[in-house]
Amino acid sequence: MIPRLKDNSADERARVGVFSRYVMRLARKRWRIRAFRKRRELRPVIDRVNLIAPDHILLFSTLRNERVRLPYFLRYYRSLGVNQFLIVDNDSTDGSREYLAAQPDVSLWTSKHSYKRARFGVDWLNWLQMKYAHGHWALVVDPDEFFVYPFCDTRPLRALTDWLDASSIKSFSAMLLDMYPKGPFDVTPYQEGQDPFEIAPYFDSGNYVIQRNRKFGNLWIQGGPRMRMFFQDLPERAPALNKIPLVKWDRDYAYVSSTHMLLPRGLNQVYDEWGGEKASGCLLHAKFLDTFAHKAEEEMERRQHYANSHEYRAYRAGISTQPDLWCKWSEKYINWRQLEILGLMSKGNWA
Amino acid sequence: MTVGFVMLCHTSLDRASQVARHWAARNCPVVIHVDYRVKRKAYDSLVKSLADLPNIRFSGRHACEWGTWGIVAATQEASTIMLRDFPAVRHVYLASGSCLPLRPADELLAYLAERPRTDFIESVTTEDVGWTIGGLDVERFTLRFPFSWRKHRRLFDGYVRLQRRLHFRRRIPAGIVPHLGSQWWCLTRQTLSAILENPERAEIDRYFRRVWIPDESYFQTMVRQVSANVESRSLTLSKFDFQGKPHIFYDDHLQLLRRSDCFVARKIWPHADRLYKTFLSRDDSTQTLAEPNPGKIDRLFAKAVERRTKGRPGLYMQSRHPNENWENGRTAAPYSVFAGFADLFENFEIWLGKATGTRVHGHLFAEDRVQFAGGEKTYNGALCDSATMRDYNPTSFLTNLIWNTRGERQCFQFGPADNQSLRSFIAGDPNAQISVISGAWAIPLFHANSNFGEIRKEAARLQKIEAEFLNTLRSPWVKARVRSWTLAEFVENPMEPLQTIVDEISPRAMRRLTEAPHLADLTGFGQFLQNLRNQGMQPVLMGDFPTGNDPRPSTSRRGRPYLVK
Repeated sequence: MIPRLKDNSADERARVGVFSRYVMRLARKRWRIRAFRKRRELRPVIDRVNLIAPDHILLFSTLRNERVRLPYFLRYYRSLGVNQFLIVDNDSTDGSREYLAAQPDVSLWTSKHSYKRARFGVDWLNWLQMKYAHGHWALVVDPDEFFVYPFCDTRPLRALTDWLDASSIKSFSAMLLDMYPKGPFDVTPYQEGQDPFEIAPYFDSGNYVIQRNRKFGNLWIQGGPRMRMFFQDLPERAPALNKIPLVKWDRDYAYVSSTHMLLPRGLNQVYDEWGGEKASGCLLHAKFLDTFAHKAEEEMERRQHYANSHEYRAYRAGISTQPDLWCKWSEKYINWRQLEILGLMSKGNWA
Repeated sequence: MTVGFVMLCHTSLDRASQVARHWAARNCPVVIHVDYRVKRKAYDSLVKSLADLPNIRFSGRHACEWGTWGIVAATQEASTIMLRDFPAVRHVYLASGSCLPLRPADELLAYLAERPRTDFIESVTTEDVGWTIGGLDVERFTLRFPFSWRKHRRLFDGYVRLQRRLHFRRRIPAGIVPHLGSQWWCLTRQTLSAILENPERAEIDRYFRRVWIPDESYFQTMVRQVSANVESRSLTLSKFDFQGKPHIFYDDHLQLLRRSDCFVARKIWPHADRLYKTFLSRDDSTQTLAEPNPGKIDRLFAKAVERRTKGRPGLYMQSRHPNENWENGRTAAPYSVFAGFADLFENFEIWLGKATGTRVHGHLFAEDRVQFAGGEKTYNGALCDSATMRDYNPTSFLTNLIWNTRGERQCFQFGPADNQSLRSFIAGDPNAQISVISGAWAIPLFHANSNFGEIRKEAARLQKIEAEFLNTLRSPWVKARVRSWTLAEFVENPMEPLQTIVDEISPRAMRRLTEAPHLADLTGFGQFLQNLRNQGMQPVLMGDFPTGNDPRPSTSRRGRPYLVK
């Protein structure tokens, strides 16, 4: 028994057939062409890409009407060591665009086109990444996702990316961890600039189900409070929680569906199959704040979300009866070490 | 007398410059080698930044690709300059640009002054080496390696395979006994000059030029020929991970490094400002000649390697999803599965919980809902009692439950009426203890208030399912601890098997069972089975129940269980 000790994808590639590799190659080209076409939908608001230095860590995001979240979001990622933000604004009406345009490290594009038809923003970001992220570490997150990785309280993001570089690892997994408050969502309103996890510090620690997606080689993870509360009878419709937000980008790469999976498939191999643990992080998801009910209403109107907004419909049905995601087994968030011990993320061989 | 540092640098030259300045200012001469591939501009600014120090030299630049001769050539040249230009140097210390001194230079000087003739160099014969990656140890010396391992891995591997197949071997020059060891050494002037001035050096160098990773073998081998006093360890703290690349130290390792009492550590993250600031300003020599003690750091990194290669047993998560039979433990902890017990005994769950001090669930895989202990709606880790969600991925459900409750043993009931999809998963799990009373599912039917035709049909269905279950448990690949009895056997003498099971669950308790669980009423059960037979069904899993008479011959013995010690 020789454990596989390499982090590269050579073995993986040998295992899948030539034909399926070709099909995937075509799929990747297709997403890239699509992204190229969709570039016309983006109108630059402010362009600071000339400030990008070769070793900069870039953050990509799409958003709509997230003004109240932005100050903390930017502060959080600046303190981790993100150098430049590249953001697509999908026709915000609450001043998000003006706020972002005033930031010294944000390059901003805007689009009035359909979020859904840009495959939930993936096409726009694929294009921007193709153009600006080649050779950089790129972090793709939503404004309500907060990246936590091993040693994030003592080591900046650059320590992680340097280590990944030295280990020849090109992609880093961070599972989406839904955070929620105790009691109804709207009891404590979220204040601008506030750490959202002061209000919503709870999460589910051990009810995640995992399947392997043979086609793309990634893991499909579901579970957490959303599945427990809104999808009890239709578990297969529960949202996917697997994410690969941090990638040493190459212009040939493409995200396939949100940041859940990528092509080429080797990038989805963020898990070990021979018993070991690779390093991984979490995306703390600050979705369930008082802003949520409003958002769910709006998204229902716009019908711009995944699977005919099935998710939001399920939420709205739940919200009207004032759901409390909290249960007595909910864990209160302390730090990344807690998540490590609970087995939600891992240090791998980073010590 | 002093110690001279030879520094091999290729990145973060500003840090190298800082460290070189630190040593040079403390009267330790430094000779710096900079990789040929470093840009001219960066090199010049390094030279300029150290121009004010008289005891720093720069040696001729070689290209130092990993695993090739360039590193040795660079070391040789720099060492020659060191010995030539600084006659006061007694020990030469080989360090890299990402090394950081952890103890004041005075302490190192005092330590070496006490051991003026000792060469600190890790040097192990190839037979005894366990750390080589890729299985190349003695073959490093006997094969040829014309292809770059970094750039042309396939050619490299292919050529190695070809040579193995052809039984190709290079001749090792007479008198050379291959040794391997850490690249970072500290040698005395006598030893080092003997190696460098060896009359056969040209020939030896020619041989080593084609050896794989000569920087880990050249000095390590040659020192054995010339030194009388080799201390086979490195003074540099340098740990390797499972890929063979050095672990990196960060700011949060400060206390660990401080307590390690090592002299020099490698490799430091260039942006670890706190480490550089703390250790480079540390001159408070305590004059304690503590031996380096990297034990704690060793354990930390050994654990990291283990986590990466073996992982935590029974954990399934985003970055650990083992293939079947590669799990290193399908589940996280031992657990017990009871089939038939809750049918035969009244309130068996309560009794078992009391007798063993474990968590006893009902039928976790019941059709309608998950019967968590105490009728809980949610359980550890926020598992939910919905049968739909459990059946969506039963394996995840069980592994999650066992993982979430590690530290507290879980027991649950299982029967032919339950979801059967995990049968073979449990049977193949060494953590499972499965106890089956076959045919006991007939007891609730016997007590049921329904039409006999329906009972007969249900009995036939359950018997078929349980027969399949028992077949699974008899398979050769079963790893669970399996015990099974027929109902008739068990009823005859219930206490002995119960005692065995309980002892296995809590071995240290060694309690005699004082209170037996209460048997369900079996009056007329034999007749019930006979009725089934009369209706054309063949109940076989219960064993031989006497028809007519009540089958309770030995229940009078409860209270004093028979136990062989």
